[in-house]
Amino acid sequence: MVLNKMNGEIRDRIVKDIHTHFSTAILKEEMNYDFLTLTLQKEHVIPVIRWLYDHEELRFRFLTTMCGLHYPDQEEELGLMYQLHSLENNYRIRLKTFFTTAQAEVATLTGIFSAANWMEREAYDFFGVRFKGHPDLRRILNVDDMIIHPLRKEYPLEDQTRADKDDSMFGR
Amino acid sequence: MPDQISSKQADDLILSKGQEGKEYLTLNLGPTHPATHGVFQNIIKLDGEIIVEAEPTIGYIHRAFEKLAERRPYYQIATITDRMNYCSSPINNIGWHTTVEKLIRAEIPKRVDYMRVIIMELARISDHIICNSVIGVDTGALTGFVYMFQKREFLYEIYEEICGARLTTNIGRIGGFERDFSDKVWKKIEQFVTEFPDVLEEFGGLLQRNRIFMDRTINCGPITAERALNYGFTGPNLRAAGVDYDVRVMNPYCSYQDFDFAIPIGTQGDTYDRFMVRQQEMRESISIIKQAMSRMPDGPFHAELPEYYLPDKEKVYNSMEALIYHFKIVMGETPMPVGEVYHCVEGGNGELGYYLISDGGRQPYRLHFRRPCFIFYQAFPEMVRGNMLSDAIITMSSMNVIAGELDA
Repeated sequence: MVLNKMNGEIRDRIVKDIHTHFSTAILKEEMNYDFLTLTLQKEHVIPVIRWLYDHEELRFRFLTTMCGLHYPDQEEELGLMYQLHSLENNYRIRLKTFFTTAQAEVATLTGIFSAANWMEREAYDFFGVRFKGHPDLRRILNVDDMIIHPLRKEYPLEDQTRADKDDSMFGR
Repeated sequence: MPDQISSKQADDLILSKGQEGKEYLTLNLGPTHPATHGVFQNIIKLDGEIIVEAEPTIGYIHRAFEKLAERRPYYQIATITDRMNYCSSPINNIGWHTTVEKLIRAEIPKRVDYMRVIIMELARISDHIICNSVIGVDTGALTGFVYMFQKREFLYEIYEEICGARLTTNIGRIGGFERDFSDKVWKKIEQFVTEFPDVLEEFGGLLQRNRIFMDRTINCGPITAERALNYGFTGPNLRAAGVDYDVRVMNPYCSYQDFDFAIPIGTQGDTYDRFMVRQQEMRESISIIKQAMSRMPDGPFHAELPEYYLPDKEKVYNSMEALIYHFKIVMGETPMPVGEVYHCVEGGNGELGYYLISDGGRQPYRLHFRRPCFIFYQAFPEMVRGNMLSDAIITMSSMNVIAGELDA
């Protein structure tokens, strides 16, 4: 099944238009199954989303989801994924951005989508991404006095000091 | 205390003379309040009985599903999805299976699709039964709840007949089902679709045009279509606000394009509309199940995917290939394509999405669940502001916030 009604012609036009409006914003462009995925520079994410939101024809006015990503092997190890949906045209698009742990500060999306409020709190809680201008940036699902950001890859799932669990017995 | 107190002592007993004016009351609703149907805490600021501000605190039953999924082979993640929206776990299970099938680009037989559609619609009905009958309970009408729950129990018997479990079903497998539906299952589904519409009518008769119920729910916790979209609403809550977005129609999965059904929508986005939309959706679900049953294609009950679908025990004992595949699947040694997929299904509460990144390993590199409850529950303070305290209770039950899905 195909989630996306966006055809090749429209895809090319979106990429070309973003190029003309935001010159060097797009770092990478790829197709993942039925999704156009654009990797953007960190400071261009919010302007591009705003442009897609305001675009008279495309009208990406629904924030489907948003989440953090972590690739410890990359230099810019932390990332964010945004997924927008244009309900009128049934187009979907995925935007990504990557940055280092030291510079894990991104502008907030709450000015455009109210839905981004808790999603950003979740990304902060689990990945430690700070959102500039967020109205209430606190942890959301974990306890307030937790000191780690648990979905980062450096935190293993189970307590590694336990000796009573031998993973090699389970092929792990 | 002496019986009589002097006027001086009486003066001392007056707590604070202070200035005249209002003082707000802060009330802790939850986390284990019986009327919240789940572990939700709301710190509510009240002016008399009017809500000035509400602040939800969530995460009481957070179980780190996204982290857990990073250590589990694909087929074991189905049991995690059960525990999200536990009122309609078959939809979650099938959503996950179809996500993996999309990743491996599997061809699914029509019969599997139709069987899945039947199960998912049954699950949708069981989800809506909970929500609607609980709105009745919270407005003071317990009768309908008990009446409807008999039918919900019957649905659990159908699940039990199909997969052996009732609540956390783990129904189906990647590629199809573990076994075909037995005759008893078909008979029970048949019985359900013939008996349920009357029960639904009778339940509707108790509430739909009931003056007390209407006064209580109309204009209670409303949201406009524009705000609902901005808040990322999906499912019946969005449709009650007047937007006809339904994943089943917009992005058909599991052959939903073969069926003819309507998308009921409301106009006000209030509790009454949410109730009515769910009532109508149950009728549409029954019609979909009937269509699927009358046009049920013949064929296998699972796809031909030897690397992902467990072979028959008979074959495992007697053939070398089946034995090898059996071990490979159980040990999670089957190769997975590298890539990322997003797949969504129309869950009981809206668009239930799975964002999956695979690095080719035995478990996902990253799995993110788009949980509709988590996204629309943040609109709750805005929806109840200016309403009465008791309206907050029914607004919450009409939004059908499920704690398991909210906290993941």
